[in-house]
Amino acid sequence: MAYNCVVLAKQVPDTQRITGKVMNDDGTVNRSALPAIFNPEDLNALELALQIKDRFGGRVTVVTMGLPGATRILRESLYRGADAAVLVTDMRCAASDTLATSYILSCAVRRMDYDIVLCGRQAIDGDTAQVGPQLAEKLGIPQITYIEALEDLHDNTIQVRRNIGNGWQSVKSRLPVLLTVTGEANTPRVAAAKHLMKYKKARTPAEATAEIKAINPNAVEAEIKELSETRCDALKARGLLIEQWNLDQVEADLTWCGRGGSPTKVHRIQSVVLAAKESKEVEPTDEGLAEMIHELIDDKIIA
Amino acid sequence: MGNFYKDNDDIQFLFRHIDLGRLACLCEEGFRFAEEFDYAPGDADEAVQNYEMVLDALGELAADFIAPRAESVDREGNTLNEDGTVTRAKGIAEALEKLAQAEVMGFTLPYRFGGLNFPNLLYSMATEIISRADASLMNIFGLQGIAETINAFACEELKQHYLPPFAEGKVTGAMVLTEPDAGSDLQAVKLRAFEDEKGNWFLHGVKRFITNGCGDVLLVLSRSEPDRSGGLGLSLFVCEPGPTVHIRRLEDKLGIHGSPTCEIFFDNTPCKLIGERKRGLAPYVATLMNGARIGIAAQSMGIAEAAYRIARDYAASRKQFGVAIEKLPAVRDMLIEMKIAVEAGRTLLYETSRVVDLAVAYNKRLEENPPEDKGELKELKNDARSYKRYAGMLTPMAKYLCSEMCNQVAYDAIQVLGGSGYMRDYASERHARDARITTIYEGTTQLQIVAAVRGVCSGTAEKYLADLAGQDYAAEVKDLIGKLSEGVEQLKATVEFVKDKGNDYMDLYGRALTDIAIALINGYLLCDQAGTKVQMDVAVAPGASSANGQAVPMKQRKALLTRRYVEKNAPKIKALAEVICQGDRSTLSDYEALVGPVQEQ
Repeated sequence: MAYNCVVLAKQVPDTQRITGKVMNDDGTVNRSALPAIFNPEDLNALELALQIKDRFGGRVTVVTMGLPGATRILRESLYRGADAAVLVTDMRCAASDTLATSYILSCAVRRMDYDIVLCGRQAIDGDTAQVGPQLAEKLGIPQITYIEALEDLHDNTIQVRRNIGNGWQSVKSRLPVLLTVTGEANTPRVAAAKHLMKYKKARTPAEATAEIKAINPNAVEAEIKELSETRCDALKARGLLIEQWNLDQVEADLTWCGRGGSPTKVHRIQSVVLAAKESKEVEPTDEGLAEMIHELIDDKIIA
Repeated sequence: MGNFYKDNDDIQFLFRHIDLGRLACLCEEGFRFAEEFDYAPGDADEAVQNYEMVLDALGELAADFIAPRAESVDREGNTLNEDGTVTRAKGIAEALEKLAQAEVMGFTLPYRFGGLNFPNLLYSMATEIISRADASLMNIFGLQGIAETINAFACEELKQHYLPPFAEGKVTGAMVLTEPDAGSDLQAVKLRAFEDEKGNWFLHGVKRFITNGCGDVLLVLSRSEPDRSGGLGLSLFVCEPGPTVHIRRLEDKLGIHGSPTCEIFFDNTPCKLIGERKRGLAPYVATLMNGARIGIAAQSMGIAEAAYRIARDYAASRKQFGVAIEKLPAVRDMLIEMKIAVEAGRTLLYETSRVVDLAVAYNKRLEENPPEDKGELKELKNDARSYKRYAGMLTPMAKYLCSEMCNQVAYDAIQVLGGSGYMRDYASERHARDARITTIYEGTTQLQIVAAVRGVCSGTAEKYLADLAGQDYAAEVKDLIGKLSEGVEQLKATVEFVKDKGNDYMDLYGRALTDIAIALINGYLLCDQAGTKVQMDVAVAPGASSANGQAVPMKQRKALLTRRYVEKNAPKIKALAEVICQGDRSTLSDYEALVGPVQEQ
């Protein structure tokens, strides 16, 4: 039996490779100082989807919400083996918190034919781990978080192992289901050569239009529009058109989107600078150990 | 997140410096495949873009996935199970799965079988990158020549059957050539191939030292003509593992532990003939082995690169006598020599691969689609013949140079690390063990010399060197070009001297003659790099005398390297020529007296 998977991915600043000034004076992240990458655990989600496709068949569609530049991770998904990609982009999405984001994504995913929705456990920029679970609630489907391994999948039933911090749990669910996947689940495959050769030419309509504008700097609006449409049709015929949806197309209620749809209020941002040294030497004696334990209790690290 | 392509300035430089667009035009046959295959490039720029994207992906896989597993692969090795099957080291099995997913197991195969149709030069680059991560994985990744051989010589039916699974990475192959009494001398192969009354072929006999003999597609060299000794009695067959193919033994080796080396007994195994009878050794296996030699040269490059890098890092961090040991002249000199040897080896390997690509493409054009214009046809014939000859000479040269070089570099790397290098804490000792086989298999160094020196003495080297000398060189290296042309004159005089002395004398001084020719060829090729049009800055170590102390144009760096290479080689060439021209034949005449008798037990 084949399963259709929808993978939700996010383009994030690479917080592992910090160079230069990455924090603005107001405590927010200076995104321009960090290279944008495929959120690492979203790659694990994609890999799990591709493994399901390899074993059982079906289609893998990757969806991202973001600025047009996020198309890069959609192309990366196609290089690795995804069958289709969708960019949800709209200026009215700006400043969406996790609640608004999960709402917008639910509107997009609802338009697709899916058995399994896969998300990375969390994104390395916000580390909230909220969008996946919220999305499951909005879609009205069961969710299984912190997946380490797929144990079984047959007919309409999936069984997975999830990390519960101090151990693991084996959980069974009916489909459709939403999974959030951890980095331990697999090692993502690299881009496949023939996919690279083919999909390097994949474009969203916005990208196609921008390229046409660059080649025809003096063309008027109507000409550009016509050329773009022809170009998009050609791309689509060759399977190279990355779909691009705005909030109207996904039929989102605008009151739930963007800043207005985001109840999150930032109370205070603190820039924490670690002053202490990374390590502290403890004498390997009973007294030394007792002292260390008391210190840890005082710091409320252990109780 | 590492990347063995992106972190290698020299490979990236050569990628830009060498005219890949020209190779792409030839391989893509006027880009006629783009209509039929949606991933085939539409023009040269796109093809080159494809090449780089694939190397980039492979570089990531090599650094992040393959290299971290190399140590455990080396410790674990392969296991021969009681049922005769072979279990690969876990890291190798995992890497093969990733390589299949990366769609790089049909690198040079045509599109119609699911291959990438890349030039051999790109395959050499890829092989080096994989080898740097784990030399023993190369013994499987680098066996794509088996599919190439099927593609070149087998009938359409066999191609359709075997090639798509190769390209998908679903099967791996083995070149089943060596026997207990037929190693370097493959004309002595005994394994019997016989035909039943229905015309079905079967194999019977033993093969030994078979790399990846547990693979899925076995190309077996066997004696199909029992009454005919020598190479003309041999044919090439393909068979698959089954109840009549018994892996009897896995060798316990010094290095390349991830590569299973099998002894195989064929007990009346059904098989299919590749191409025609009696052509098994020449041309089929000869062609297969020429490709494999380039593969081993690329494997050698990977080992050398990996070994050099550890030594280079260690020399900067290890302090003795109050300074980093790289401040000590003896250590500095070793590291520079290692680095230059690596770049010189790569220079010759990539040039060889490029020449092979040209030879293959011109000959293919000649066979399949010759030009109608007489003048054009004549020119094409000339080119095809020249490049074929150059390839025939350069291939054994590259195999010889790179394999010997990687042994020297791996040896010196341990020397730089001192006691630590001798311990298993560093990969250096593995590199030295892995390197050791490269001068032995696919034809020993001594046999490469036999092949190469014939090119040196037959006029091929002279013609090729004249081609090189006829190119334009930058003003900065004009004096070096002068030195090289002096060297060419010395080589010519030496060859004349040797020719008068007969073939045994030529073989006796084959290595010296080949060394002179390689030093001159590489000298010209490096001078060409020193005049590159590629604009690229490369990082330098702190304290360098370059403009800003952090980076230097590659062109400038290559000029420094080339000057040192050519100037240090000039006196060596003189000395070698002098030794050859002394006419000393004592090796032939005084052997028995000098080495003494074999001890009675």
